[in-house]
Amino acid sequence: MSGGVVLVDGGGTNIGSVRYALQRLGVDAPLTTDAARIRRASHVILPGVGAAGPAMQRLVELDLVDTLRGLRQPVLGVCLGLQLLFTRSTESERPCLGLIPAVVERLPQAPGLRVPHMGWNGLSMLRSHPLLAGLPDEAYAYFVHSYAAPVGEWTLATTTHAMPFSAIVQKDNYFGMQFHPERSAAVGSLLLKNFLTL
Amino acid sequence: MLTRRLIPCLDVRDGQVVKGVRFRDHVVVGDILELALRYRDEGADELVFYDITASPQQREVDCGWVARVAAVIDIPFCVAGGITSVESARAVLQAGADKISVNSPALARPALISELADAFGVQCVVVGIDSLRDPDGEWRVRQYTGDPSKTCALAQRTLDWIEEATARGAGEIVLNCMGADGVREGYDVEQLRAARSLCSVPLVASGGAGRLEHFATVFADADVDAALAASVFHSGGIALGSLKAYLREQGVRVRP
Repeated sequence: MSGGVVLVDGGGTNIGSVRYALQRLGVDAPLTTDAARIRRASHVILPGVGAAGPAMQRLVELDLVDTLRGLRQPVLGVCLGLQLLFTRSTESERPCLGLIPAVVERLPQAPGLRVPHMGWNGLSMLRSHPLLAGLPDEAYAYFVHSYAAPVGEWTLATTTHAMPFSAIVQKDNYFGMQFHPERSAAVGSLLLKNFLTL
Repeated sequence: MLTRRLIPCLDVRDGQVVKGVRFRDHVVVGDILELALRYRDEGADELVFYDITASPQQREVDCGWVARVAAVIDIPFCVAGGITSVESARAVLQAGADKISVNSPALARPALISELADAFGVQCVVVGIDSLRDPDGEWRVRQYTGDPSKTCALAQRTLDWIEEATARGAGEIVLNCMGADGVREGYDVEQLRAARSLCSVPLVASGGAGRLEHFATVFADADVDAALAASVFHSGGIALGSLKAYLREQGVRVRP
């Protein structure tokens, strides 16, 4: 496809940071809520910060749910964007996109561990994938979240905070990163670059 | 496992980075972008920018420099000072800040914390607290510390305010221990430990870093999630790279 990279403007406040991160890779990705523009893109990125309920409500209002579900090109959900790929989140009654059959849940409280999970944590690769090409054995990424997706056949990499959860997921052409690649220094930049070559 | 964070703090006044001693007598230490990039290169885990003149002058943050920082920096950063409403927070977040920190305006109107948490999620909302021990032995909060002529001592106990701020939706607490600030004799471990025992969200120690062992001590003895410092990094007294190597030797988990 030749439509370039687009950022779905789902109202998340990190969208500017993701756009800057792509610019540092030499890619100017417009923000859009236009279904035709999204379908035409070579790569679609769905950033998100905030709560699952309002984010899905916005996608419904923008009439983008079916569009996002029907894409064939590589799609990347970032942070809340990863969580939206799942069936639902216990954060909200509203269903999510339902592309990965599991439920996102709040991270449990555990002695000495804080929620939100905030800071740099290690990635453990579960299987190899071109998205992970070139990552160092000891790779750290920046996380800020209170809800997390379980580990399953869709998991490419896990991170542990009270329990292991999905840090990077992939199902068919849909990818997700629970951390913020746009704020994860060289590791994040490499992952975004790899995504753009898929 | 989550690593402990090291956070250089850049106090911003009129578009430049400044530093005072015990929150007074500020001198210019450098350009915002230059320092931000230097700390990123040296391995800072996060940056905090305090617009120290915004709250006392009742100005809002200038989003121009926020956007310039966001364009070049690939580590998270937080902006504090002058955020008084959901709209001013939105402007700063949309300019590219990852988190916003509220201090004096949250003391003036505590509902601001829950409004911000509802609008952006608790993970964006940091509450900064300036705290000083009073003669009766209690730690109490101070307001408008960016300008000594406007600083107010409040009746509110620091530990009560931490609990209230967290209940209202603070996703992180930065505790500035003013008695220790700028004098480089170590973090206020006693106060931070008291704060830790009732703070369920990430807690950032601020004020007092002077030597490598101060960082090891505050992580080991106060179990804080992050340590913030300014002058000791600005002066080159401690380089982040050697600090991280030292902390690893001491068994503190830090990002390489």
